Amino acid sequence: MTSAQSSRQKLGRKFINASAVLGLLYLFAPIVVIVLFSFNKPKGKYNIVWQGFTLDNWANPFSKPEFTDALIVSLQVAAVSTVCATLLGTLIAIALSRYRFKGSGAVNLFLVLPMTSPEIVLGSSLATLFLARGVERGFMTVVIAHIMFQVSFVAVTLRARIRGFDWALEQAAMDLGASPRRAFWKVTFPLILPGIIAASLLSFALSIDDFIITFFNAGSLVTFPLQVFGASRVAIPPQLNVLASMLLFGSIAIMVAGLIFESRRQRAASGSSRH
Amino acid sequence: MDTGDSVVQLDKVRKQYGSFVAVHEADFSIGRGEFFAMLGPSGCGKTTTLKMIAGFEEPTSGRILLEGEDVSDVPPHKRNVNTVFQQYALFPHMSVFDNIAFGPRSKKLNDTEVTRRVQEMLDVVRLGDFASRRPAQLSGGQQQRVALARALVNYPSALLLDEPLAALDLKLREAMQIELKRIQREVGITFVFVTHDQGEALTMSDRIAVMSEGRVEQVGAPFDIYSRPESLFVAGFIGSANLLPGTIASSDGGSTRVDLAGGAQVVVSAGNSADNVSLSVGTQVTVMIRPEQLSLGAAAGLSIDVTDTVFQGATLRLVGRMVNGTEVSAVLPVDPQRVTPAPGDSVTLSWHQSAPYLLDGWPDNAGSTTTNVDSIEAAL
Repeated sequence: MTSAQSSRQKLGRKFINASAVLGLLYLFAPIVVIVLFSFNKPKGKYNIVWQGFTLDNWANPFSKPEFTDALIVSLQVAAVSTVCATLLGTLIAIALSRYRFKGSGAVNLFLVLPMTSPEIVLGSSLATLFLARGVERGFMTVVIAHIMFQVSFVAVTLRARIRGFDWALEQAAMDLGASPRRAFWKVTFPLILPGIIAASLLSFALSIDDFIITFFNAGSLVTFPLQVFGASRVAIPPQLNVLASMLLFGSIAIMVAGLIFESRRQRAASGSSRH
Repeated sequence: MDTGDSVVQLDKVRKQYGSFVAVHEADFSIGRGEFFAMLGPSGCGKTTTLKMIAGFEEPTSGRILLEGEDVSDVPPHKRNVNTVFQQYALFPHMSVFDNIAFGPRSKKLNDTEVTRRVQEMLDVVRLGDFASRRPAQLSGGQQQRVALARALVNYPSALLLDEPLAALDLKLREAMQIELKRIQREVGITFVFVTHDQGEALTMSDRIAVMSEGRVEQVGAPFDIYSRPESLFVAGFIGSANLLPGTIASSDGGSTRVDLAGGAQVVVSAGNSADNVSLSVGTQVTVMIRPEQLSLGAAAGLSIDVTDTVFQGATLRLVGRMVNGTEVSAVLPVDPQRVTPAPGDSVTLSWHQSAPYLLDGWPDNAGSTTTNVDSIEAAL
């Protein structure tokens, strides 16, 4: 009986391992394909059938100016909107966790609305607003649209990160003679900075990534996702894979750097020099 | 009270949240170099009072004076008082040195002065070797001393301590009590100390303000508060006390005779009563006799039926009931020559004539009147 039980256990464990491998494959296969095909030497306009290995695409990643320009636009939009959204979202998160005020419940509700309502609704209604007001759509309208949904993500992520923050630290700083401003910059800010960085990285990625809302509000502006979508009907050059891989590796690098930074901080704060 | 040399003065300070009154007209002053305790059970308003002195709460009415100056509207960072917070609130991202240097740097002192002061404080709290550590690398007792140093380095007019020992285990707490006293003597700064632990307050303080339900019941030296409580609450809260309800039978200017509800008569010496007791015949009063003031013996006294005896080493605690059910306890020296009473025995307890003390009114639950300190502490 025990052997039957253990063989059933073994079978069960095999099943779990197999399904985990399948799940990871499902998640990573598309990413692997994108990176892999950045080394392809395609025949014709579509880089979708493996023809042979080359480093040419990586040697000339910016040889398709329409993609390069679109990527630059996307990075510019993301940079501006992330800075604004991080600033606003951080203030909201601090206000919500620091104080109980009239209407804080309503703010909480409104905060998740942009995250839960369909992008198509947000995008089209914002476009309608711009049209009705006679605002010319372009860089600024896209930035405004991105800030709108990024603020929610920043505020919600950061609020989760600073939930356990000990606000008595701020009181202690003021008790020791620090003005409220100095208390914030010397005590509160350095302690919540990792959370702010994490939140802003997330919102940066969301901005680079966004298609639907951008599509409605871009006017003649072409961001990277819009360019890829438009071009895919005519051609998919391997440079696209190279640029996409660069974005991927870039974000992985930032993530790893963040993890290393965080673990160093934690080690410094608790115990490495105990002996 | 002599206000000439008072560091902190509360002038009819009241704090109200909506309809809830957290502090009723607190009115006392704290002298220079004093070790002053605010003592009371949770929710008595002691922490609110401390926060008002620190500036984190604003009084609804009344004034707070620091060094004779009205600071009621002055924000915390401009008041020359510093607080040791209950959980210390050390800055986790700074070294011990930087934690202590935070105050002087906020006041924009130059680096040599900052370093000099921090070193001086590290010596006072004996943490010289720990200057570069982070708070998370220190034990609870060490963190406590960093918190002290961080506050004292500013040379405050008064140091405010909010239940500073509550987070420590018993052994460390006792060591820190002595340590706190030493540090206070060394720096000579006024300490204002909030605690719910009456033992701690009695051990450490020069004077104590006993608070209950937002009212300051009594301010005085530990001995005075223990031996001459002004109210039933104080009598029950500080130490343990037998509180025996009765009515005044006669009073001749010298001594007062009280008929206890339990049947016996007690003679109270002149002057042995709280200031607010009226000595006219028929007044409802409570006779307080501390358990250690009772002894076995003589025919005249309190007759009780013993319900429990607890051997405590040097002493024996004896608990019993009077005929009417009023609980009485006595702490007796252990005497091997004598037979120890056992539960079920009837004994007579007597006392020195100076022991009984009169309080106004009857206890809420006249009948079982001994306020046991241990049970209060357990309830907290």
